[in-house]
Amino acid sequence: MLIKTLVAVFLAAILTENYVLSKFLGICPFLGVSKKLNSAVGMSIAVTVVMVLATAVTFPIYTYLLVPNGLDYLQTILFILVIAGLVQLVEIVLKKYIPSLYKSLGIYLPLITTNCAVLGVTMLVLQKVTSTTAYEYTYLHALINAFGAGIGFLVAMVMFAGVRGKLENADIPKSLKGLPITLVAAALVSLSFLGFAGFVDKLIPLG
Amino acid sequence: MAKRSLWYEFTKGIIKENPVLCLVLGTCPTLAVTTSASNAIGMGIAATAVLVCSNAVISALRKVIPDKVRIPAYITIIAGFVTVVQMLVKAFSPAINDALGIYLPLIVVNCIILGRAEMYASKNPVLPSILDGIGMGVGFTAALLCMGIIRELLGSGSVFGVQLLPFKILIFILPPGGFFVFGILIMIANALNGKKGKKAAASPCEGCPMANSCADKHCEEGVKNAD
Repeated sequence: MLIKTLVAVFLAAILTENYVLSKFLGICPFLGVSKKLNSAVGMSIAVTVVMVLATAVTFPIYTYLLVPNGLDYLQTILFILVIAGLVQLVEIVLKKYIPSLYKSLGIYLPLITTNCAVLGVTMLVLQKVTSTTAYEYTYLHALINAFGAGIGFLVAMVMFAGVRGKLENADIPKSLKGLPITLVAAALVSLSFLGFAGFVDKLIPLG
Repeated sequence: MAKRSLWYEFTKGIIKENPVLCLVLGTCPTLAVTTSASNAIGMGIAATAVLVCSNAVISALRKVIPDKVRIPAYITIIAGFVTVVQMLVKAFSPAINDALGIYLPLIVVNCIILGRAEMYASKNPVLPSILDGIGMGVGFTAALLCMGIIRELLGSGSVFGVQLLPFKILIFILPPGGFFVFGILIMIANALNGKKGKKAAASPCEGCPMANSCADKHCEEGVKNAD
């Protein structure tokens, strides 16, 4: 049962609740860094790592520190500071111990602090704890959800990098060039993800 | 940046430097909450309140905050005001709180607010900063309202809940509709600006508020690597 719910949470985070294409979180990097496949993959991996780490830290802080003391209104301010600190820490550690990885991922790290997808994940998993009734939503579910959200971001970025590669050579009206056509293309990619609606519930019936 | 009239500081955010349509900042809430006109106004007012307050405080503290830790300091100030706005909305308008959901606390990472702090409030006195905040806020609200009206009219056939059209095209209030309407609006803004011979925002780092803090080493490198 536990495995089943974990798989359901993971698939839902990638397909039906895709953070970029159906929740509109992390649109700035989605539009800004998806021009080339390499940078799209680098950015997504950095985002995934930070998402999982941030959820791993904020979930216990919220459940065991803020809620028992009636301080849950501090959620926003605390989470953003934790994420900012965490990003800085990851940057320092990578720089010191894995310089090669820092060289390829490091450039994306400062931008992640203000990536709303990261803050969004840490807050949405906490909402799910109270709203999910079919099964108990645990710390493990939250981590898998964060990981799935990161992978979903990766999937969306890679797909979109492919679409944009094709757009480069397309002959389009002058005023549509650049951002407008990118957004229209994003609309079509997001349309394709609508097709997954209800997919996970059908595949893995719960409760 | 010599003396420009206070009126200019106020009006520039509404049309000339509209944060959403010209600078392309704050795209996430623009796409997410514009499924109806009333949500768009709620989000616009909440973000404007945070923007004006944070601009005022950051501008007042601009000589006190050390340059090296300014971004964390700005984020803390902004997060404080977001928490205040969140509690006010929850207390006085629970319906809007439910409709905006997660996007209300996410005002904290709205690029417009950090962007104005970095680009304007940290360099200018309090009064112009407040006016800049109000102008940008009104521009943001106007752009959101515009999207909200179009999407609600086409998606549910109504505006502010008043039924106007006998049909509805559901796709417009779903995520793809958000991307599509936003793309078309920017196209129109580009076409209007293009007539005046102005260049539209092209580079992803151009409009990014973090560009100043990371441009020296990170951002340009990233763009170069990407190219």
